[in-house]
Amino acid sequence: MIHSLFLINASGDIFLEKHWKSVVSRSVCDYFFEAQERATEPENVPPVIPTPHHYLISVLRHHIYFVAVIQSEVPPLFVIEFLHRVVDTFQDYFGVCTEAAIKDNVVVVYELLEEMLDNGFPLATESNILKELIKPPTILRTMVNTITGSTNVGEQLPTGQLSVVPWRRTGVKYTNNEAYFDVVEEIDAIIDKSGSTITAEIQGVIDACVKLTGMPDLTLSFMNPRLLDDVSFHPCVRFKRWEAERILSFIPPDGNFRLLSYHVSSQNLVAIPVYVKHNITFREGSSQGRFDLTLGPKQTMGKAVESVLVSSQLPRGVLNANLNPSQGTYTFDPVTKLLTWDVGKINPQKLPSLKGTMSLQAGASKPDENPTINIQFKIQQMAISGLKVNRLDMYGEKYKPFKGIKYMTKAGKFQVRT
Amino acid sequence: MTDSKYFTTTKKGEIFELKAELNSDKKEKKKEAVKKVIASMTVGKDVSALFPDVVNCMQTDNLELKKLVYLYLMNYDCEDPNPLIRALAVRTMGCIRVDKITEYLCEPLRKCLKDEDPYVRKTAAVCVAKLHDINAQLVEDQGFLDTLKDLISDSNPMVVANAVAALSEIAESHPNSNLMDLNPQTINKLLTALNECTEWGQIFILDCLANYTPRDDRESQSICERVTPRLSHANSAVVLSAVKVLMKFMEMLPKDLDYYGTLLKKLAPPLVTLLSAEPELQYVALRNINLIVQRRPEILKHEMKVFFVKYNDPIYVKLEKLDIMIRLASQANIAQVLAELKEYATEVDVDFVRKAVRAIGRCAIKVEQSAERCVSTLLDLIQTKVNYVVQEAIVVIKDIFRKYPNKYESVIATLCENLDSLDEPEARAAMIWIVGEYAERIDNADELLESFLEGFHDESTQVQLQLLTAIVKLFLKKPTETQELVQQVLSLATQDSDNPDLRDRGYIYWRLLSTDPVAAKEVVLAEKPLISEETDLIEPTLLEELICHIGTLASVYHKPPSAFVEGSRGVQHKRLPGSTESGESESPDTASAAAVSDAPPAVIPSQGDLLGDLLNLDLTPPTTTGPPPPASSGMQMGAMDLLGGGLDSLIGAGFGAPPAAMPASFSAPVSGGLDDLFDLGGGVGMPMGAYSAPKTVWLPALKAKGLEISGTFARRSGVIQMEMTLTNKAMSVMTDFAIQFNRNSFGLAPAGPLQVLTPLSPNQSIEVTLPLNTVGPVMKMEPLNNLQIRAP
Repeated sequence: MIHSLFLINASGDIFLEKHWKSVVSRSVCDYFFEAQERATEPENVPPVIPTPHHYLISVLRHHIYFVAVIQSEVPPLFVIEFLHRVVDTFQDYFGVCTEAAIKDNVVVVYELLEEMLDNGFPLATESNILKELIKPPTILRTMVNTITGSTNVGEQLPTGQLSVVPWRRTGVKYTNNEAYFDVVEEIDAIIDKSGSTITAEIQGVIDACVKLTGMPDLTLSFMNPRLLDDVSFHPCVRFKRWEAERILSFIPPDGNFRLLSYHVSSQNLVAIPVYVKHNITFREGSSQGRFDLTLGPKQTMGKAVESVLVSSQLPRGVLNANLNPSQGTYTFDPVTKLLTWDVGKINPQKLPSLKGTMSLQAGASKPDENPTINIQFKIQQMAISGLKVNRLDMYGEKYKPFKGIKYMTKAGKFQVRT
Repeated sequence: MTDSKYFTTTKKGEIFELKAELNSDKKEKKKEAVKKVIASMTVGKDVSALFPDVVNCMQTDNLELKKLVYLYLMNYDCEDPNPLIRALAVRTMGCIRVDKITEYLCEPLRKCLKDEDPYVRKTAAVCVAKLHDINAQLVEDQGFLDTLKDLISDSNPMVVANAVAALSEIAESHPNSNLMDLNPQTINKLLTALNECTEWGQIFILDCLANYTPRDDRESQSICERVTPRLSHANSAVVLSAVKVLMKFMEMLPKDLDYYGTLLKKLAPPLVTLLSAEPELQYVALRNINLIVQRRPEILKHEMKVFFVKYNDPIYVKLEKLDIMIRLASQANIAQVLAELKEYATEVDVDFVRKAVRAIGRCAIKVEQSAERCVSTLLDLIQTKVNYVVQEAIVVIKDIFRKYPNKYESVIATLCENLDSLDEPEARAAMIWIVGEYAERIDNADELLESFLEGFHDESTQVQLQLLTAIVKLFLKKPTETQELVQQVLSLATQDSDNPDLRDRGYIYWRLLSTDPVAAKEVVLAEKPLISEETDLIEPTLLEELICHIGTLASVYHKPPSAFVEGSRGVQHKRLPGSTESGESESPDTASAAAVSDAPPAVIPSQGDLLGDLLNLDLTPPTTTGPPPPASSGMQMGAMDLLGGGLDSLIGAGFGAPPAAMPASFSAPVSGGLDDLFDLGGGVGMPMGAYSAPKTVWLPALKAKGLEISGTFARRSGVIQMEMTLTNKAMSVMTDFAIQFNRNSFGLAPAGPLQVLTPLSPNQSIEVTLPLNTVGPVMKMEPLNNLQIRAP
């Protein structure tokens, strides 16, 4: 099982270590540092690194490497999933998962890690149970603790661990009972030079924020459940009911949780909400290159495309770019060669464009690589797959909750080749 | 003095007095006080009020005192009415990693394992694993392993999951102990628990299920049906463990069963979903998908697009995706794949670009209809003049020539234009091979090759060997103009080089040319065996084993677990059920054993891809053929003579040979092709019948129900033979011997059936000689000389 955990920052300092069994010397991280040196980019460090006596399995999140040390055959995905859970828990507790936040809350961090694993076996990884055991720090509580010398360790015992619904606390009470569901879809796509779609797929999630008194039993049904043929559920969802009736039936955890994630594959027809017209050219023998980019909406069902951000890694030979945006602002970093254009909202009547010239090193030959354009955007009130919730019902409790459903579409890895 | 004095009471409030004593400065007094406290505890007195004072006593160097305090703590908490406190106590006690303390843990732990509350039992199960880590013997002596096994049948799913997890961990350090006795009843318990336990518990249970071999296809199907819902779990480790169980149990289902098809369809979506997760997850998933598509390409054959590379994928994801794209490439999708690969070849990352170029070549070899498009794509890429792209392209074009001889020679001119820009040995060697192979169509082939000869000694071995062969080919094709050149290269190779491979090859050519030019032509210009479509497929038995280990480190490294996990030597090799290789269950009288020959690892210079090796003929022989002989100076003198007398006559019509200097071993008939691999090893100055290694025991009697096999490989009269001594060390007569060769790196296969005509009585030995040939199917194996033996 998981022996130890090291947290390593971008400059290669180990700033926290935790051992669940015997202590493993931090010199084991030297193998990680070697791999880090070989990697051209921070994200290129391989996730599984063998050493003579251990294996290092790591994830990179928020510019911190979470490096787990294992000694025997342990499923790597098990370790990676656990590390993700650690990251999520830190974010949940401290709002952000940064080196500073972790250092500021080092006691809580240790308490959490101690509760999450016992001898390398996962113990309490559900946020609900952890929060019963260890209260998240607040400014007030930190002050009180400093004055009175008390700690964050909960007085209560985690009764949830004994129940048949371990994800839910007992005795939950709210004056305002509400249940919100966000259907969020990310569209991943590769568009080729000519504008045709090479591949496009949708990663969807339904995130919930449920604040309901007692032990509510919810059902959620869809207008078009047929879309959901590749789904992953929160453990609270009753799988049999879904198989038989295509209805989500569950006793929800208290607070925020991911109810469902789904995938609409490239074999289905996926609508592409934006198009790009581009003309990025270099001529042999000239020290100038042309840059011409125009964005436009398509297949958005009349909804506005907002928060548009375009970025592109220009060829290494480009010294500078002198461009003129019709709206928004652009920056070009001459060191990393990264061009970013913060477009904002697309107005279908007046399409945003970015035009101008790029200067090349004098006498250098024409760059070989064609830059890829990365686009981020958001569309409110629409799920691009067409998924729609039909109704949400509550059983087991008598009060009337307030219910709300929101839809949003975002760009995931949305890339246009030139 | 007995401990009974601790039970005496005083009038003045016992607790008060004890408190005072516990806080005393004197060590002895303290110790006495703690003993009194424990005594009170054992008779059921409430001494909880002394908790802080007792705990204070822990701050001591005195081991006895420390132990007493632990005892107090554990006894106290393990009796607590609140199950959560009891669980906390048992959890904490396992964390005290002091060997001397452990014996005190046993009694409380035993109680907790039988606790009425499942939460306590579940925690206690993990504690057994902790204790085992500190003192394995103690755990066994105390019977905790049996208690743990009983917990697999517990009514609570969490307890079951933790018991399975603890047992699995303990089993790692006891590879051969039969800790987990899986039978239909326990399997049913596990499947029930699977639905209700935590995500982590599900992983442990699924991994344990995967070790079970169902009795028949119906049981197999019913387990599959109950495991399939796990494919929809949010935790990717659960999904992959479920995939492992399904991939394994599917083997037992008849292919015409409707359910078989349904299951195949159900496997694709979860695998695709894993690829939309974080890159680290993707990497592990891709390594496993690589195995899955080799075993069952039909699962993902329509999902090519999800493996298309995004430009900001981390490099380790990009390289894995490329591998799978090639595995999935077929006539149906080749156009798309090629367009993608061409796109990748213009990216920035050098490693990735190289692999993309190589992939184009592999597509050409794999999908014949696409070969022409692949070649023209490669030519386009060569025109970019990007140095490393050109070099990679030339290396793969050489492979395409090997697969489709005499088809794409029109591109040679373009290739030759880039000769000067090649600075990597592999590319130089490839180019030289091409020039040599097509020397008759390249007008200035001699000039081109000569240009390489100038810096002969600075070239790598690969290039030197290739250059030697190419010039000899050239000479055999155009003898009149190139005698000087061939003389030059032979003398460079044999006289000025310290490399035995190069020298040996030089001598062979030399003698061939000088003795029998016709034979030389037959050998050097022999028709080469076509290269196979996929050269990097995992050897089938290893693949089977890896499929049984989906989701583990073994699956990430594509190596059997025994090869690299510390402390797991002697791990049982897992086999897929129902497949031909695992005869154990079906026919009980078939013993199967694997024995690795004792020979040291073969001296193979390049462990790279077989494709390269085959082309270069760089292989030194396996050690079983004998060590490379020392080149004696006398021999070199003889060679010198050859130079004087031999070459002159070479050019003459007769190709007269100086027979005196010819070592006898070269008179062996040479049939061309791969055979000369073995000839190289015969070496210079070898007497007839050559050296053969003494027999070593390949299969000890213990592993094969009494049949012992020892043997060696030898070459007798030019024929490779396997010489074996079979000894019957069992009590009964053995009959019906047969032998089968797995596909191997050398294409070795029996040339005739194994002839053991008489039954083998107990304690009798028999010598058997099996002639071999090298026309069997070739399959790369690691290590190359690994020997697996199955005996009747």
